[in-house]
Amino acid sequence: MIVEGPVLKYGDKIDTDVIIPARYLTSTDPIFLAQHAMEPIDPKFYQKASKGVVVVGGKVFGMGSSREQAAIALKAAGVRAVLAESFARIFYRNAINTGLPVITVPGISKEVNEGDFVRVVIETGEVTVGDKRLSGKGVTGMALKILESGGIMEYLAHVSK
Amino acid sequence: MGYTLTEKILGRAAGRSVAPGDVTEVGVDIVAFHDLTGYHVIEVMEKAKMSKIFDREKLVVAFDHLSPPPDPRSAQIQVSIRKFVKEMGIKNFHDNNVGILHQLMVEKYAQPGQVILAADSHTTTSGALGAFAQGMGASDIAAAVITGRTWITVPEPFKVNLRGRPAKWIGGKDVALQLLGEFKADYFNGKSIEVSVEEPHSFPVDYRATVSNMGIEMNADALIFVPDTETVKFIKENRGYEPKLVTPDGDAKYVGTYDIELNRMVPLVAAPHSVDNVKAASEVGNVEVDQVFIGSCTNGRLSDFEIASKILKGRKVRTRTIAIPASYEQFKRAMELGYIKDLVESGAVITYGTCGPCLGGHFGVAGPGEVVLSTSSRNFKGRMGSPDAKVYLSGPAVAAATAATGRITDPRELE
Repeated sequence: MIVEGPVLKYGDKIDTDVIIPARYLTSTDPIFLAQHAMEPIDPKFYQKASKGVVVVGGKVFGMGSSREQAAIALKAAGVRAVLAESFARIFYRNAINTGLPVITVPGISKEVNEGDFVRVVIETGEVTVGDKRLSGKGVTGMALKILESGGIMEYLAHVSK
Repeated sequence: MGYTLTEKILGRAAGRSVAPGDVTEVGVDIVAFHDLTGYHVIEVMEKAKMSKIFDREKLVVAFDHLSPPPDPRSAQIQVSIRKFVKEMGIKNFHDNNVGILHQLMVEKYAQPGQVILAADSHTTTSGALGAFAQGMGASDIAAAVITGRTWITVPEPFKVNLRGRPAKWIGGKDVALQLLGEFKADYFNGKSIEVSVEEPHSFPVDYRATVSNMGIEMNADALIFVPDTETVKFIKENRGYEPKLVTPDGDAKYVGTYDIELNRMVPLVAAPHSVDNVKAASEVGNVEVDQVFIGSCTNGRLSDFEIASKILKGRKVRTRTIAIPASYEQFKRAMELGYIKDLVESGAVITYGTCGPCLGGHFGVAGPGEVVLSTSSRNFKGRMGSPDAKVYLSGPAVAAATAATGRITDPRELE
């Protein structure tokens, strides 16, 4: 699985209240959620992400709440993958379960800038930016199968056929 | 070599011995959700065409985030969950006016050695009683509700020792903030924290619940208090039976150890907009606040109300102050003991067991430019309402002292 796109870059500790504020959680509609993704820190995120982007974050991306809408909102807004120094456990699982590729890449916040074009091999975690190659932690096993199916429900539907 | 508490609990649940780093399937003892995540869990189950429950005795449902409903959509969500509860014959259902899910888990359900999952990050609170408790998203919880099982990466255990007795005004929040200030919000990613209390009676379950609650702020996979005489006393007094204890072996191996001398601690706060931006309350400078909030699953328990009433009794609040007991039981006991009266007479608004303003819900969200001092768990940008508000976090003593002066205050200043 290969994912590529221009980078939108954010810092350390991007939390779930920033990714999707609680007042929108009475909906699970992906388009509605996408329109409010990252609103507290970047109100134009939806426009910027709509053509397909790769989000780059720092430490513990997705920290905070268990709200699965955080991953749903990013994916529906056009985010093709999130690359970060580290992820919060719950967000990481939610992302895989909703079909949003997430790759832990140590050192990425120093190596990649806003607007760079990146190419990511999901299975190996290899990230290419211009001449540079960075090694991340690839997604393998059942998590990869879930991603390839588009999410856990799609995966389960496929498996039970 | 002996086993840590984490390895013992997960080993029992997996049916085989486990070691840190193992990805393993485990059986779950309790699965829970509340109104705001519950409808999403049910939606996932319906989409999967699998509306069945692995064991209806082991599912706990409580209304707290949208409680009482602030708008028609919230009311509709509660209606749909009530319907599900009725159709599935779920006994452990707590409608409006019972309390916050995590508090009910501590009062009624969680036991030492259990594996507990709920669709909310603060599920870690049940670690106060020695359970391995994790929050997960709607899809993971839906799968656990259907099958009674989940997969877990066994975390690396880290040991924290609480030594001595807490200094005056020091409680669970100060310990949580101390750990966050020292290790920051990403250090415990992939680790479980096992906390031993040297003098069990000096650090009661109320305090432990606050520390466990904020285990998720440390990004720990779990924050578990090693059960002791205080755990037994709490469960016996509240539920009338003695629990079996699961404790780590004396020679268990940890990836690290950290000691906290409780008697040397000073009241702490986390400054905006990060839980690990920790300072001594006496060192934040002259910060005037527009609102104080005492409550939430972090600090809405009886001992929090006791401390607040000690400080506010006979004083008048000098800023908007909202106090919310975490459950009906906590409210009733705080009323019987006179704490509610003291707070009402000081000018605080008391309202009923709900998550309320903690997540920017209702009953006191922050407006643009406002400064809030809150006993809740998170001060992320936009968490309590406007992204232009600033939220400071503290325990109940700093909160009550701040309510009394209108600016962030170390409670020792008022003595």
